[in-house]
Amino acid sequence: MSEEPAIVAEGLVKCFGKTRALDGLDLTVPRGTVYGLLGPNGAGKTTCVRVLSTLIKPDSGTARIFGSDVAASAQAVRKTIGLTGQYAALDEYLTGRANLIMIGQLSRLTAKAAKRRADELLERFGLTDAAGRAVKTYSGGMRRRLDLAASLISHPQVLFLDEPTTGLDPSARALMWDIVRQLVADGTTLLLTTQYLDEADQLASRIAVIDTGKVIAEGAPADLKASVGGQRLLLTLAEESDAAVAAQVLAPFATGLITPDEHSRILEVSVIASDGLATEVVRALDTAGVKVSDIAVRTASLDDVFLTLTGHVAEENKTS
Amino acid sequence: MTALTLPQSDLTTGRNAAAQFVGDVWVLTKRSIARIRNEPETLSNVTIQPVMFVLMFAYVFGGAIGIGGGAYHSYLIGGMLGMSLAQTAPGTAVAVVSDMSTGLIDRFRSLPMSRAAVLTARTIADLLTQVIGAVVVAAVGLAIGWRIDNGIGNAIEAFALALLFGYAFTWAGVCLGMVLRSPEAAQQTGFIIFLPLTFVSSAFVPTQSMPGWLQPVAEWNPMTSLAAATRQLFGNPNPAAAVHAWPEQHAALAVVCWSAAMLAVFAPLAVRLYRNKGR
Repeated sequence: MSEEPAIVAEGLVKCFGKTRALDGLDLTVPRGTVYGLLGPNGAGKTTCVRVLSTLIKPDSGTARIFGSDVAASAQAVRKTIGLTGQYAALDEYLTGRANLIMIGQLSRLTAKAAKRRADELLERFGLTDAAGRAVKTYSGGMRRRLDLAASLISHPQVLFLDEPTTGLDPSARALMWDIVRQLVADGTTLLLTTQYLDEADQLASRIAVIDTGKVIAEGAPADLKASVGGQRLLLTLAEESDAAVAAQVLAPFATGLITPDEHSRILEVSVIASDGLATEVVRALDTAGVKVSDIAVRTASLDDVFLTLTGHVAEENKTS
Repeated sequence: MTALTLPQSDLTTGRNAAAQFVGDVWVLTKRSIARIRNEPETLSNVTIQPVMFVLMFAYVFGGAIGIGGGAYHSYLIGGMLGMSLAQTAPGTAVAVVSDMSTGLIDRFRSLPMSRAAVLTARTIADLLTQVIGAVVVAAVGLAIGWRIDNGIGNAIEAFALALLFGYAFTWAGVCLGMVLRSPEAAQQTGFIIFLPLTFVSSAFVPTQSMPGWLQPVAEWNPMTSLAAATRQLFGNPNPAAAVHAWPEQHAALAVVCWSAAMLAVFAPLAVRLYRNKGR
């Protein structure tokens, strides 16, 4: 087997009228990993997925799936991919089982194999009881699961998941996450778009942050977080009046300037991660006579990464 | 990686392109038929509607329309057949628009299936509903006194011509559905196109009764050719035989030419529109 990554995109550009939805996007997704495309609404995530899944042709740039060009060898690419878009791509009037069998046969399975795979997937996704019902009677979570099952029917090597949990309740989301983890354990390569930072953090082994059609940061979640300041120390003082003293005591531990707020008992400080840091801080404060009511060390979140890189917060509230 | 690959015996990739195309069309046609079984009321345009129109023309307008010899009830059915089949095209357009507006089409376009299969399956399913329409028109015709007076062989030829004609219109409906954005727009545009097409023809009145400037339009209307051809083949009253225009004198040939021309234009255009959708 060659060393060709699962997905390679180079300089993708796609314009819709005057809008440059993709503006020179580069991407390399290693085989057998979950790769997260993170970005706000309108950043170009969906356009990227539509180009990579052969639905639209890029204006310039190239993309290859297992070495096959998405524009020149679209049919070859289609044999290796599965696509689950933002909206359930199902026939509302057919039963869940009939949908899977239809999509299986259109994915080049024999009728017999399509039926067998349909029943396997219905079982696996907990839809066996609903298999004989028309999809229009399904709940949102059931549709998403059936939709994902449909994308998996022909064992795709690369699966595109475009915002798979947008609009799902927490339990349906947790179930989706479990399924994603199982898939990657089976060796499938997943490209996942999301505007939920915790989702990318939970699932993806690498993340590309996209804004205005370009990748503005790329790497493992931990590296991205480290790049914006490692760990954060959160200190709650017993007395507001101790803030200035506490700031002096913390100065040697901090990576940046500390500006104590005299009207708050809470101090947040960027620190260099090290073992026993919290203990050392508490000891130093105790020596200086500062009483501490709470102390916590947390890793910088992807929210911090996002805010630092794009200058605005992720637009989670738009859809939730 | 072994879990990812299916055995070759589970796949149809070894079959040739034509076999794959036929297989895809069959799978998708079954889908459309399942839809009709689920919502039989979608068939009203080929069941209730033709019955209504036949009865209305036979008993309300018919008495006031002179056809220059012969019974209007016998004259009516040839025109009715053309109208009932051609007017399924707006329904085709509505179905195509609805399909295109769902994520399902994106899924189809991401599968290694034939590009032309989705639209072809739509037209095959609609051809099957047109067969139902033809049977309904013939049955209600027989009930009001229409008869096949020229042998069963010619009658079969008449039905075959009507279905060929109807099938060609289905592809026009597909194109309409591909360029319009909402089912409502498809319904209304379909109405605007198909109403004059039906009524500025000899479907219900002889073209001789129209003003001189309108006669050539009606004479060259494909609907007129179909009505004339079927009336001739059924042995029904056919005033068009007295018109010297080419489509009236060679009605059956004209129907074949019109249908072939429409298929040659609209089928490739529809597939092209489908391919470029969303680009």
